[in-house]
Amino acid sequence: MTPFSLSACGGLRVTVADAPLVLRASGALWLEAERALIVADLHFEKGSSYAARFGQMLPPYDTRETLNRLEAEVTALSPARLVFLGDSFHDHQAEARLAAEDAARLAALARGRTLIWAVGNHDEDGPRDLPGDVVDELLIAGLRLRHEPAPGPQPGEVAGHLHPAARVSSGRASVRRRCFVTDGSRLILPAFGAYTGGLNILDKAFGGMFDSTPMAGALGSKRVHAVGWKSLRPD
Amino acid sequence: MIEKGRQGRNVLLIAPTGGGKTLAGFLPSLIELAQRPPRNTPAGVHTLYISPLKALAVDIERNLATPIREMGLKIVAESRTGDTGEARKARQRLRPPDILLTTPEQLALFCAWEGAREYFADLSCVIIDEAHAMWPSKRGDLLALGLARLQLFAPRLRRVGLSATVDDPDLVRRWLGCGDPPPGDGGQSSAASKHTPPSGPAGHLPLQGEDRSSNVDLVLGVGGARPIVEVLVSGGKVPWAGHTAEHAMAEVYQLILEARTALVFVNTRFQAEFAFQELWKLNDAGLAIALHHGSLSAEQRRKVEAAMGRGEIRAVVCTSTLDMGIDWGDVDLVIQLAAPKGASRMVQRIGRANHRLDEPSRAVLVPASRFEMLECRAAADAILGGYLDGEPARTGALDVLAQHIMGCACSEPFALTDLYDEVRSAGPYADLSWEDFETVVDFVSTGGYALKAYDKFRRIVPGPDGLWRARNPQTIQRHRMNVGTIVTAATINVRIGGGRKPVGGRKVGEAEEGFFEQMKPGDTFIFAGQVWRFNSLVGTDAFVSPAPHDDPMLPSWGGSKFPLSTYLASRVRQMMHDEREWAALPADVQEWLGYQKRRSIIPDDNEMLLETFPRGKRFHLVCYPFDGRIAHTTLAMLLTRRLDRLGVGPLGFVANDYAVNIWSLKPMDGLDLDALFDEDMLGDDLEAWLEESFLMKRAFKACALIAGLIERRYPGEEKSGRQVTFSTDLIYDVLRRHQPDHLMLRCARSDAAAGLLDVARLGDMLARIKGRIRHAALDHVSPFAVPIMLEIGRERAPGDAAGEMILAEAEDELIAEAMA
Repeated sequence: MTPFSLSACGGLRVTVADAPLVLRASGALWLEAERALIVADLHFEKGSSYAARFGQMLPPYDTRETLNRLEAEVTALSPARLVFLGDSFHDHQAEARLAAEDAARLAALARGRTLIWAVGNHDEDGPRDLPGDVVDELLIAGLRLRHEPAPGPQPGEVAGHLHPAARVSSGRASVRRRCFVTDGSRLILPAFGAYTGGLNILDKAFGGMFDSTPMAGALGSKRVHAVGWKSLRPD
Repeated sequence: MIEKGRQGRNVLLIAPTGGGKTLAGFLPSLIELAQRPPRNTPAGVHTLYISPLKALAVDIERNLATPIREMGLKIVAESRTGDTGEARKARQRLRPPDILLTTPEQLALFCAWEGAREYFADLSCVIIDEAHAMWPSKRGDLLALGLARLQLFAPRLRRVGLSATVDDPDLVRRWLGCGDPPPGDGGQSSAASKHTPPSGPAGHLPLQGEDRSSNVDLVLGVGGARPIVEVLVSGGKVPWAGHTAEHAMAEVYQLILEARTALVFVNTRFQAEFAFQELWKLNDAGLAIALHHGSLSAEQRRKVEAAMGRGEIRAVVCTSTLDMGIDWGDVDLVIQLAAPKGASRMVQRIGRANHRLDEPSRAVLVPASRFEMLECRAAADAILGGYLDGEPARTGALDVLAQHIMGCACSEPFALTDLYDEVRSAGPYADLSWEDFETVVDFVSTGGYALKAYDKFRRIVPGPDGLWRARNPQTIQRHRMNVGTIVTAATINVRIGGGRKPVGGRKVGEAEEGFFEQMKPGDTFIFAGQVWRFNSLVGTDAFVSPAPHDDPMLPSWGGSKFPLSTYLASRVRQMMHDEREWAALPADVQEWLGYQKRRSIIPDDNEMLLETFPRGKRFHLVCYPFDGRIAHTTLAMLLTRRLDRLGVGPLGFVANDYAVNIWSLKPMDGLDLDALFDEDMLGDDLEAWLEESFLMKRAFKACALIAGLIERRYPGEEKSGRQVTFSTDLIYDVLRRHQPDHLMLRCARSDAAAGLLDVARLGDMLARIKGRIRHAALDHVSPFAVPIMLEIGRERAPGDAAGEMILAEAEDELIAEAMA
């Protein structure tokens, strides 16, 4: 089993491919030595994509909700590098739909630090007007960071894309939360965006990815809970 | 009825079942249709019949066919429901039947159709069956709006409501009536005084609510013979607590054996499954005993109904699914297992026996516990005395209005002021303010957000002529797929099949989403009258295999889903206090009341008893408001918040129809009870608690579905093949933080307060007991407290904190595993 311990701020300290990491209760990944903060699947403007495509008027506040969470993490940690691990925008027109105020806040996040946009399947080209470097993947502390996890065991890979969620039950009740998944060799991040759903990690999409039995880091309200594979339930 | 028809009057006919009510409703139409002169152009629909049940519409179609054929009339009467084939529906549009029998949802679809105006131009009569069951609901709101629309298309349309006996017919008349006022009597609604819209044409101003019922004449049917109602006391004993009436099954079976056909009503599906199981264990005579409840597949239910119709069945164990519907002449006995919770519902159920006016219906009530004994006695007295439970007056829901406005835009362009007047001519919306109307229109158009993000994606747009219309055909199409106000919990199909091979299994029925959440593969449970083993859950299918020889491991039945009615509750309080009434009760219940009097207190009927006592390592506070489970649960939630603030540290609570029990590690004798129960708990405490509550999330989801904010299914979402759940809880949380005054949150709050929390009733209760709390500080548990003490541990702990606890527990397990 992957060793873990609780950090002072409610995060979970784990080691993935020899790199020490903190899994944060917000769903972000923190590399303390590199001062790098990594978030996956922000899906900005997912709400307005429903209005544009189907005329469904979902509350258009998901972008600022996601920004609120992101700014809170940035304020708490002052990262030197901020990495968006793909699917930062929900679709290709999403950047154009940003409210001016939200776009300004997003641009401000790049001030005084390096902002890196790893591209995903929802945003293959990266942003058009917003500042930051656009990359397919990148290496930090010996870890390979990319949006979509490659098939088969991938030692040292950190990815998003799958929106992992864990269901845990006890007696008559059960709870479902977004979660990190790791076997100590690779790591999948939960989706960070306000309107992003979760896929149960017992789903076949997670099959064949791990050499040894992984554990989940389920997001609680103030801390991350380590959950063993045996405690997981399907939806 | 014929005379009223000739005069073109709106009528509400109130009559008990068996009085030929439905035929009376149709008679004027049949006469008119038989006497109509031949005409060259094809006629439109003459009479529209609306029933709350699809099956009832189809049944009436059959029942009308006979007199039409026998009298040789050239009248076409056809049903149209969600189950009607597309070919028949298309034909009905081209060649309308003279009489169209349908449901409120189909009417809403008609209203959203481009050809609606022409289709209904000849409509002369609309008949609404089971009006008592529809008016006090969102379905009733939608129907009232649909009626207002029909009246616009056919101004001479008359409305006929058919209803079972109700406490206050004026409420139903007000709902049924239209706001078309007599000349000179139209007054502007006072609520619109600030932003008075440009006035519509004179004579379109709706009436004030008070006057509205006057345009509906009331016709009272002849009452039938008084029913015979008995309360069954099994072997002279009533159990302390419980919900299943298990102790009395042998006598219930005996009653079935002696009757021709019996309906055995219970209050929940679990109780139905349990009673069905128990009765079959006793069924040495091999009687045909069937089961009928909402979780069984539609096909299975129809089979039971058909067998009933043929007289092949001796008894059906059923829930409210059989509260209304098709008449079965053979039923001669109604048994109610566990207390009926309301006198009106019981009268309805008794009405299902003997649909003949001259013979009395016979009913037996079987109490499952001691408090239920009092309640059954009160219900029996109320039924014999003709006292019914009152319904509160209703204001139309704004989420329903949003759906209707979208429907109107799909049908034809509208002017805002005309639509406003039309909407206010519907009873539930008579007092709708112009501001609220505008808010709803803005919501339909752009979502109604303070952040104006969606102006270029509007669903309805005003044209250069000032008229509003739907944006495009896709918008219209999507609206039609989401019509209706019935929001059901997501369901899981229960199929026969092994764990690994999830294919081709026969469907046994449907269960609510949460049902299998608590189960592990291998667990056994009762469903559809049999014992099953749970194998696996794949997507929305649960695979099970028969396990007839196993004992079911999950007997998880709770109490009634209906809360005790206000009327019955007050009768129970009275009966408890007045010792002269005890004589009518069985010996052990009398003894129990006697013990309570000696060891604690029996309060006056206007007082509330509150007991405090230690038990084990805990201290209990038990109070007895008798105001129903829902209001009690709300009270318990709010009391625990307060006790927490006072530093008492409450550990848990349980609430039932009669009492609330809260326990803690510290004694609660010295509390200022009047302050604890002060009415101000309904202010900030309620607000703060509600916002976090799962009840609020549930209410929000229902409102958002009805109003079209979210859809039952998003196109594209299922294409990925994976089930990425994008739950409405996420939307709720975001909206709550960024626009707490949004229309959908307003709707959800008022629904939660009214239905899920029963805040109004709690408010009445707090006012009633102010300064009238009788405190008994005891050194041990009292006789009254025993039933609710026995319920501890059966409740599921709701809320976020519980979720965190589950996660923490799972972590402990992991740590234990790591240390091993």
